[in-house]
Amino acid sequence: MTNSKRATISFSIMALMLMIVGFGQSWNVALTIINLCLISAVMSMGLNMQWGYAGLFNAGVMASTAIGGLTAVLISYSPVTKAWSVGGTSLTATLISLLVTIIAGVLVWKKMPKGSKRSWSMTAVVLTGYGFMRFFYEQATSAIEAVDPAKTGFLGGLGLPILFSWLAGGVAAAGLAWLIGRIALGLRSDYFAIATLGISEIMISILKNEDWLSRGVKNVTGLERPVPYEVDLQQTEWFINMVHWIYGTAEDGSPASAAALREAMQLSAGVVVKLCYSALFIVVVLIILGLATRALNSPWGRMMRAIRDNETAASAMGKDIISRHRQVFIIGSAVIGISGAMLTTLDGQFTPGSYIPLRFTFLIWVMVIIGGSGNNLGAIIGAFITWFVWIEAEPASIWLVSNLDIFLAETSPLRLHLQEVAPHMRMILMGLILVLVLRFSPKGILPEKAPDHY
Amino acid sequence: MDYSTDLLNALVLITNYVLIPSISYGSQLALGAVGVTLVFGILRFANFAHGEMMAFGTMATIFITWWFQSMGVSMGVFPTALLALPFAILITTLLAVVIDRSIFSFYRTSKSPPVTFVVASVGVMFMLNGLVRILIGTDEIIFRDGQKFLIKAGAFKKMTGLSEGLALKQTQVLTFVLAVIAVMALFWFLQRTRTGKAMRAFSDNEDLALLSGINPERVVLVTWVIAASLATLAGVLYGLDKSFKPMVYFHLLLPIFAAAIVGGIGQPLGAILGGYVVAFSEITATYAFKKFIKYISHGDFAPEGLTQFLTTEYKFAVSFLILVLVLLVRPTGLLRGKVL
Repeated sequence: MTNSKRATISFSIMALMLMIVGFGQSWNVALTIINLCLISAVMSMGLNMQWGYAGLFNAGVMASTAIGGLTAVLISYSPVTKAWSVGGTSLTATLISLLVTIIAGVLVWKKMPKGSKRSWSMTAVVLTGYGFMRFFYEQATSAIEAVDPAKTGFLGGLGLPILFSWLAGGVAAAGLAWLIGRIALGLRSDYFAIATLGISEIMISILKNEDWLSRGVKNVTGLERPVPYEVDLQQTEWFINMVHWIYGTAEDGSPASAAALREAMQLSAGVVVKLCYSALFIVVVLIILGLATRALNSPWGRMMRAIRDNETAASAMGKDIISRHRQVFIIGSAVIGISGAMLTTLDGQFTPGSYIPLRFTFLIWVMVIIGGSGNNLGAIIGAFITWFVWIEAEPASIWLVSNLDIFLAETSPLRLHLQEVAPHMRMILMGLILVLVLRFSPKGILPEKAPDHY
Repeated sequence: MDYSTDLLNALVLITNYVLIPSISYGSQLALGAVGVTLVFGILRFANFAHGEMMAFGTMATIFITWWFQSMGVSMGVFPTALLALPFAILITTLLAVVIDRSIFSFYRTSKSPPVTFVVASVGVMFMLNGLVRILIGTDEIIFRDGQKFLIKAGAFKKMTGLSEGLALKQTQVLTFVLAVIAVMALFWFLQRTRTGKAMRAFSDNEDLALLSGINPERVVLVTWVIAASLATLAGVLYGLDKSFKPMVYFHLLLPIFAAAIVGGIGQPLGAILGGYVVAFSEITATYAFKKFIKYISHGDFAPEGLTQFLTTEYKFAVSFLILVLVLLVRPTGLLRGKVL
């Protein structure tokens, strides 16, 4: 079967499954799944660049997602002027002492001759710098966090439109990736995986604990939306007309029909809002897909695959492996960063506590592997399938448990326990799918295809 | 109060809050890291499912402990879990061997690159993670029984007349003693027995080992048996010392990897050293030295803040920083592991 045939079939099956959810459960549920599938598709395309094009085992996907999410907050939240006025000076002082320490450290390292004298001066510089930083930092954070802690207690953001943060999230994630790349690239694949896993964990603990920056576990809620609100929508004329048109204008003034209409209004409002999001996300997915496919089929893409398949041969041809790896790592992370900002936009809130590696790193891995590493369409279908299973496994297993009537009584402790733990079924399912795909179809649903014009 | 009392107080303070916790936490990490390092040395991949294997072993121990307790079996002052441990080790070993046979052995025979093994181990991690949560749930479980303290802080104060107390939990001593026994047994096995020597040869040079007639499947089997046993032991000791929470074991993965790499990957002795280095640094960097400075300066100098290098939440950062430092400065690890 050719790849395009496979793609058509798998996307049709996916569409059918989503239709079943739409008609069976509700269109709100189906659209929620679709929106998150689209975001996941962006994530898996980003990871696919790193793993599929270049063979980098990035176990720190979560770091890029989280910094994208943080950027969404920092861009869109209105600035907390009071926090700036009380803590701004000492925060600037902290930054200046950090910069001075770095410059002094670099100078000592570069100018002094190697030896114990240099090591001691280095230690002295770092410790003094740390002391100053800590002093100003504590002043700054305690002042900022004291500003109306129940509502703000952080610096806030820039107050710009949140859509702008999608781009900024990508840039921020790229910056972080550059830093990570400086430390971790050039290590063997396993070490690289462990190093990136570690960095992502640190990133999350920073977001959880630096309240002045991200409000920590108190979460930032009520982010601005790029799409209309349901409540406003129900007041607008075209929307009311549309609902009337769809559901018919059989309004006889009876309370029953009024209630039915109100319910229809609410449902349609939710659907319309989600459709707006979907439209935005589809645009992003298409742009990235277009660029990624072009890149993959360009000489650059061929070079990346050559490096992936044989590093020694590629470096013999004069390719700089580490700097190419860094390049693709930064680009891939930027794409993941965009998806992180999109996710926070969709949620309308930023919750550092919700970032866990299983969901934000390893699940994305499952998407790329089962979709077909090295194939962009594969990454998208992988994201759709994986997210669909991830979400629908829970209702499915609860349904299964509740149909155990034949074997278990209503109040049997085993049944109650099963009901409680049914959501974890999806973990086993994911692991099983990953292992099975890896074993029996390691190229994934849509295998990588070498471009025709070699 | 004279200065010598202050010094003694400072000493007790450090022992109580840094030394003893570091030794017991370090022993737990060391046991985990030895398993990771052995799998790496023999099977040549970083096993991401190791933390979940620890969780599984601990879960098995808890179930058997509950069963024993329901039958009224106990070990007096010792935790009943110790009695359950051998059975749990058996179950976990069985599981590890089944996983190896059904998942990893295929990639061995097809000579897949190490990274494929790592991805497969991510799949195993997902499955074990779900399995543990389905079987035992996600709640925190305390399964320690028997005597809790060997030395109580109050009794210590009364005995010595110092103002600082020293508490020694039974689990801390147990952890250390069992870790020492396990490690000694492991080294005896690796150095003295035929199979142990075969394992070392295999880790050192696979082709040469195959040439001299060492059965690779047997070596792999023994590796999994040891890794699973140590993982169960480490998990149970950690659970006894603190408490059992399924999610905690995933987070232990990072310090364990750090310990294995810091010590020199593929080097069991290095892994043990690395375990203590990581534990000691984590606890020292997050300990508030305020009181200690007060004692040591004889009350002349009392810092305003907590004088803590990092807040406790940044524990991960410490193990990670050590990891990065070692990778940059001495990539082979402290004890010259494989040059990778």
